[in-house]
Amino acid sequence: MKVLLRSPRQELDVEGPTRVGDLVTSLGFHRDAVLVIVDGRLVTDDVRLPDDATVEIRRVISGGAV
Amino acid sequence: MARRCRVCKGAPVIDLRQHNAAFCEEHFLRFCRTQVSKTIEKHTMFDHDDRLLVAVSGGKDSLALWDILLELGYNTEGLVIGLGIGDYSSQSTQTARRFARERRLVLHEVDLEAEHGFTIPGAVAGSSRVPCSACGLSKRHLFDRVAREHGFDVVVTGHNLDDEAAVLFGNVLRWQTDYLARQQPVLPAGDGFPRKAKPLVRLGERETAAWCVLRGIDYVLDECPMAEGNNHLAFKDALNALEERTPGTKQDFYLGFLRQGFEHFAPPDAEVSARAALAACTSCGAPTAGERCPFCRLRDNAARESTPIELGRKDH
Ligand code: SF4
Ligand SMILES: [Zn+2]
Ligand SMILES: [Zn+2]
Repeated sequence: MKVLLRSPRQELDVEGPTRVGDLVTSLGFHRDAVLVIVDGRLVTDDVRLPDDATVEIRRVISGGAV
Repeated sequence: MARRCRVCKGAPVIDLRQHNAAFCEEHFLRFCRTQVSKTIEKHTMFDHDDRLLVAVSGGKDSLALWDILLELGYNTEGLVIGLGIGDYSSQSTQTARRFARERRLVLHEVDLEAEHGFTIPGAVAGSSRVPCSACGLSKRHLFDRVAREHGFDVVVTGHNLDDEAAVLFGNVLRWQTDYLARQQPVLPAGDGFPRKAKPLVRLGERETAAWCVLRGIDYVLDECPMAEGNNHLAFKDALNALEERTPGTKQDFYLGFLRQGFEHFAPPDAEVSARAALAACTSCGAPTAGERCPFCRLRDNAARESTPIELGRKDH
């Protein structure tokens, strides 16, 4: 399946099917640091993604130290 | 078994491991509003008669904050500051403008370069100053100033639970007791400074981002390039590693500090009132302990740095 990462923009090919939570951790993200979006909708960790899915993993951590 | 919304058992859009709960869209949005109104009330931050100045950066936190405050019926106007950090700053201003325009809100703007003759990258070039410290100082100064000039009762910022937990972590690692004594979600007005409030301290940044996605709020996804590699990000990462193992760690750490830790660092009232009286900055009139306030010193140094005569000063 196609995995889209934002800032910096990056596209990865990952073999499916897999669960959202597993995909996130297998790519080395902490689950609290990202949101996963499929077809414009948020999905929870237990959702199974088919091999032909297109998935956006969006980091939610901002850097400002004020 | 698939997770279900804690409230209605419908299909969930988000799971919040720290609350051991999942929510559908409607009940997640309600959960966020409740967390914010609870925070506002618990810390008596402001009420519906107060005029609020929302510090807006175009990022997920400040836009979610403004949106939630509007939903809760507060009287708000926004302020965006042009920091001069390349594309990031222009995106930030444009996004804030669009948000305000679409909702017919009042957005104040201050541009550092046009109005004060310097940018954040310019102010730190050739010095060992950390960009975020120069930037934070400038933002606080300008929020205060606009609030004073326009008669706002309180400046509200979008600091979230992750921000506060990371700052607390940093302050504890270095035992910065003076900072710990001031790390509160609301700071009263005084000495010519307006009240400051952080109504999002019970929401994590994953929640503020989800709020924006679900509400169709277009926010700046790109990170400020000057944040790269700073300690704040490293602290967040460390806390998220702990959170991964034990959901709820960040919340317990920060809310536990407010409940049980803070009182050990807060100065006694007598000490607060005995604090050195502030005078007006000779250059801009802002209250300050020195002759010129830190913002004016930063600006004047930046002006000096940008004259090309001085050489050999890259000593960091
Ligand atoms: S990351 Fe630092 S430099 Fe960038 S906007 Fe935030 S405080 Fe300013
Ligand atoms: Zn529900
Ligand atoms: Zn000044």
